[in-house]
Amino acid sequence: MKEKQIKQFLGYNVLRLCIIFVILILIVILYDILSKGARQISWQFLTSAPKNGMTEGGIFPAIVGTMFITVITAVFSVPLGMGCAIYLNEYAREGKTTRLIRMAIRNLSGVPSIVYGLFGVALFVEGMKMGTGVLAAGLTLGLMTLPWTVTASEEALKTVPKSFREGSLALGATKWQMIRTNVLPYAIPGMLTGTILGLARAAGETAPILFTGAAFFLPFLPKSFSDQFMALPYHLYIMSTQHHAIEKVRPIAYGTALVLIALVFLMNLSAVILRYHLRKLKKD
Amino acid sequence: MIHKFREKLIQIFFFLNGLSVILILGGIFFLLLRYTWPAFKEIQMAEFLFGKFWDPTAYVKPAYGILAMLMSTFMVTVGALTIAVPLGIGTAAYLSDVASPKVREIAKPVVEILAGIPSVVIGFLGIVLVGPVIAKLTGTTNGLNAINGAILLSVMSLPTIISLSEDALTNVPKSFQEASLALGGSQWQTLILVKIPAASSGIVAACMLGMGRAIGETMTVLMATGNAPAMPSKLTDPIMTMTSTIAIELGEVPYYTTHFYGLFAIGLVLFIITFIINMVSDIILHRYERQTRY
Repeated sequence: MKEKQIKQFLGYNVLRLCIIFVILILIVILYDILSKGARQISWQFLTSAPKNGMTEGGIFPAIVGTMFITVITAVFSVPLGMGCAIYLNEYAREGKTTRLIRMAIRNLSGVPSIVYGLFGVALFVEGMKMGTGVLAAGLTLGLMTLPWTVTASEEALKTVPKSFREGSLALGATKWQMIRTNVLPYAIPGMLTGTILGLARAAGETAPILFTGAAFFLPFLPKSFSDQFMALPYHLYIMSTQHHAIEKVRPIAYGTALVLIALVFLMNLSAVILRYHLRKLKKD
Repeated sequence: MIHKFREKLIQIFFFLNGLSVILILGGIFFLLLRYTWPAFKEIQMAEFLFGKFWDPTAYVKPAYGILAMLMSTFMVTVGALTIAVPLGIGTAAYLSDVASPKVREIAKPVVEILAGIPSVVIGFLGIVLVGPVIAKLTGTTNGLNAINGAILLSVMSLPTIISLSEDALTNVPKSFQEASLALGGSQWQTLILVKIPAASSGIVAACMLGMGRAIGETMTVLMATGNAPAMPSKLTDPIMTMTSTIAIELGEVPYYTTHFYGLFAIGLVLFIITFIINMVSDIILHRYERQTRY
């Protein structure tokens, strides 16, 4: 009996060490970026373009660029993802096609981001002659985000109780009327939250935009869909590996990392807040 | 009548939305294949798969062997899993078996935040944080090598392994646990001898998906492993994985040359590897679902 208890005590403590270690990893990451990045943050850093061979100045074009492509990503992948989820959850019958669609979604979410980059080059930049720019990069990121959008939207649709649908159908509504009036209003908060989380991930991606439109340095903002752009993740990559005076621009790299993480967290936070408010709105 | 027609149209519209994902997956495969094809007009398939040297810009005789990259990718992936699998399963077991609801409330966002940190930031920390430590321990100049990549990749695959393993553990039917406890087993024995074996297929699938992430991860290895295109022999060697080769060279290569097509061929190999991993983990998961239905 005694031995059993000792074993359990030791075992649980090993597990406890595991989780403490994981939490420590996160603390170290956040502490390092926050403590060293915060010194760099100033109004001027956030609102001006890089200067003097990118050794001074701010990251304004990169912030705007990232927001710009995230919007394109959203415009492309959110409606398509929601449509796909509606099909899977509301219309599809279990069968070969449905199984194939589900398999495709799971596989798409496992395709490496650099392969999406190659696909973007082959399809958008070269195949459709878009050239490298905001549109090609946004669409490439949109493709990458699609499986996440579908999964999140389907999860949201699944939470709508069956009785909502049956009630509507029993009153003589057509399927689409039922979806529009009795399913979507309840599922949309969850769908939005899930898709914003996906978009936050897309905003931090670098590999898919390396060859589809991200630019090393541009003092101005993109004006049309075929313009190249600066992006936060790409800027961080450049500042930490490709710059001619790497040690000197470390603070800028830290600042960029902090802004990037902050942007991703803000998007996550807004998703959670949005869900909260939309839920409350419906209860009233 | 018009009503019915409209309903049908709407249904077709959503069906097309559903089909789009198959189209995209098929499109990726098809385009990779199409852009890979011309490469093999000049490269021998055997040289591509088993050649040790990747030197497409050589003046006299360009070499297109991916064996060294495959080995590099394999090395960091195995290294990453060696760290992430025990750590991830341990954490998942703690969360499902030991943790109070309060601890779980804290741990869940920790895993989510960890999953949300962009890979480029992890790669950056590999340069400024992990690299110097490794350099000091091993006496190398900057610590940008396979170990560094393995450590970073373990951090990147941890969230996947933790959350999916935890799902698998919590899905083990209560009756299994109760039977073990009723027979006089301790909580710990139940966890090790009953719950983990019962959840093993789910856990294996979780680890495989974590592996898929590690193999396909680009920015972290690109930034933190030193990018030396040679056959690695030990963990402290700088390496260049398949993903980083594409990331480095696609920016410099003239389009529509054999070198350009060769990079797509590497992409195709990556695609096939991750595809197989996904399919296998899928099959394992399905078996697992059938098992636990009792």
